[in-house]
Amino acid sequence: MLRRLHHTQPESFAFTQANQAWAEAQITKYPAGRQASAIIPLLWRAQEQEGWLTRPAIEHVAEMLGLAYMRALEVATFYFMFQLQPVGTVAHIQICGTLSCMLCGAEDLVEVCKRRIGAHAHTPSADGRFSWEEVECLGSCTNAPMAQIGKDYYEDLTAERLEWLLDEMAAGRVPVPGPQNGRYAAEPLKGLTSLFAHESGRTQYNASAQLAVDIGDTLRRIDGTEVPLSAPWQGKGAGAAVTEAPARPASKTAAKPARKAEVAPAAEPAPAAPPAPAAPPAPAAPPAPVAEMAPELLTAPRGSGADDLKRISGVGPKLEGVLNSLGFWHFDQIAAWGPAEIAWVDARISFKGRIERDDWVGQARTLMAG
Amino acid sequence: MLKDQDRIFTNLYGMHDRSLKGAMARGHWDGTKDILTKGRDWIVTEMKASGLRGRGGAGFPTGLKWSFMPKESDGRPAYLVVNADESEPGTCKDREIMRHDPHTLVEGCLIASFAMNAHACYIYIRGEYIREKEALQRAIDEAYEAGLIGRNACGSGYDFDLYLHHGAGAYICGEETALLESLEGKKGMPRMKPPFPAGAGLYGCPTTVNNVESIAVVPTILRRGGEWFAGFGRPNNAGTKLFAISGHVNNPCVVEEEMSIPFKELIDKHCGGIRGGWKNLKAVIPGGSSVPCLRAEQMEDAIMDFDWLREKRSGLGTAAVIVMDQSTDMVKAIWRLSKFYKHESCGQCTPCREGTGWMMRVMERLVTGDAAVEEIDMLLDVTKQVEGHTICALGDAAAWPIQGLIRNFRDEIEDRIRHKRAPIAAE
Repeated sequence: MLRRLHHTQPESFAFTQANQAWAEAQITKYPAGRQASAIIPLLWRAQEQEGWLTRPAIEHVAEMLGLAYMRALEVATFYFMFQLQPVGTVAHIQICGTLSCMLCGAEDLVEVCKRRIGAHAHTPSADGRFSWEEVECLGSCTNAPMAQIGKDYYEDLTAERLEWLLDEMAAGRVPVPGPQNGRYAAEPLKGLTSLFAHESGRTQYNASAQLAVDIGDTLRRIDGTEVPLSAPWQGKGAGAAVTEAPARPASKTAAKPARKAEVAPAAEPAPAAPPAPAAPPAPAAPPAPVAEMAPELLTAPRGSGADDLKRISGVGPKLEGVLNSLGFWHFDQIAAWGPAEIAWVDARISFKGRIERDDWVGQARTLMAG
Repeated sequence: MLKDQDRIFTNLYGMHDRSLKGAMARGHWDGTKDILTKGRDWIVTEMKASGLRGRGGAGFPTGLKWSFMPKESDGRPAYLVVNADESEPGTCKDREIMRHDPHTLVEGCLIASFAMNAHACYIYIRGEYIREKEALQRAIDEAYEAGLIGRNACGSGYDFDLYLHHGAGAYICGEETALLESLEGKKGMPRMKPPFPAGAGLYGCPTTVNNVESIAVVPTILRRGGEWFAGFGRPNNAGTKLFAISGHVNNPCVVEEEMSIPFKELIDKHCGGIRGGWKNLKAVIPGGSSVPCLRAEQMEDAIMDFDWLREKRSGLGTAAVIVMDQSTDMVKAIWRLSKFYKHESCGQCTPCREGTGWMMRVMERLVTGDAAVEEIDMLLDVTKQVEGHTICALGDAAAWPIQGLIRNFRDEIEDRIRHKRAPIAAE
């Protein structure tokens, strides 16, 4: 299926502060040098924040992860959950149309969408408030037919019930997700046939619906403050405190999670380094502050013309612009940086720690050599 | 029928306390340290003795799979990756584990990782399961908080980190090597095998990929003994199993039952029978969309396990039972699956990329009867050209439902063409 970027794109993209913190924490789930792994979660967070996935967002995530734009674009176009065009401002309705749902009446639900929203999928309604699409199996087959609206599954639907849901949502209300026919979860509708002993003590809703009600972000775009940031792998759990004092201040308050460069040090046994790490092992980067010193700066490229700094892996067009504006135009300038100069530059670009992580100096030396 | 005390997933419907406290009250996380103390070899031997076969569809013996992992590390770390990308049409069992009984999975991850000398485990959950992801992450956070995982997990001296990662809606990422590609931040396109993941998987390191259910049953098996688990079901089809029954039954549900349970018993006991009575049954897809359908006559004395269904040229797959009654337009039902595979083909191998579209278009014409009778054989021939000629099994999975249809319902297709009558709406 051909998936392209939308013709009209916003100017720019930036994560909200909380989403940025969340994104930086995600990157620490993966071993050093493997930050590309975080691309799907980050792109998804960008979409959750904006409603759909914009080109500036894709580029921003690529830069955060030190990836070529093309790599990020490939991922964005490959995975169907990424909405590459604007969706309804109130809700985007995803009707599951695969076999079990079709057998139980998904086609009627699609008809409702066509009638109420628009004849074509992926096209917002005239008032721009709703959009719809038919998606492939959403994995809730015993509760067929069902639809995913916003973040949540509305299950055991009928055409009438879907119409009612649309009415409610249009009026600004968010009906409780989960089964719509009185069922609790995926048990038989007519009563339990097993696990009788555990019927006691049930909470009001099943786990999915309960979370939806508790967090209340079914239809909302999120800015990252809905759920407190949790990155227990950075704190190492309670066992760590018992065995030995953690080497660094517990960053469990993770509102401001430690930067990658600080999180990586020796205390991390788990995401073990890949076979041939490109950068020196993490312990070599102690958090001790290095005094800044301004490197050699130029006001304009030398006569031979500026070098293409984008050839340094991790530097995209945006970073190249920043470097140029600071006064760097040539590989030899970057190759000459020492720790003090790196600290100076680090303080002036928006991606702390990246210069060392991606080894710009080493790369620039190689590029100088041709 | 399986007794409640022999069920592993005692909170399948989430009606009981879902927190760590509740899980411990139901017997999870009990003596985990002792299990780890017994050592790797004991765990793997016990798993082999249990006869557990992978619950993700292929049915490969889990203990054997674990034993392929290198005993001694050559300097590379080892990984356990849990396949929670549940997207085979009809399948919705892992979702219930992850949202309602997540601690079975978290504990299983620790034990399985320990058995394979993996200090890190990634759970790859499908992107659409947003609440399930949140529920599972809460369970992981609780386990970290209680010192059950993380550094010195359960006080065993073993360091173990568990990470939850999610996808973004690609069925193909349920294929293990595509899943690894996706986890590395690329398009989910399957890799050639060999090398197998046990030799070079995630980040080029030894990796084992297991289904959620396969891992979640591990702690209970080890607590109660492999022999206990092997006591259920026929030989070579051991254990208990989550069945997800959807479609035209009175009460669709997910339920844990003994392997080798007769189909009739499964439906009558838990699903309140077929809609409109047993006479109204037309066909069953017994193991998720990828396995061929069977006719009602064949299902009369059906036994739900790997071997019986294999003999009947179908399969248990993920035990996602899709039931269709007489009102179903079979051709249209299989066309819908063809449409699914066309949508989900990753496009890497030509036979699959082109074949799935081609098959879907022919199926479309068969639905309306706008075709020649000879085209049925041509379609069958094309399915054979796709089957076995692709890197991963998606090509096979796209071919089998059509082969099953032609094998079992050829008369219906031919009738349609002869009369060129309008298709009966599938309800």
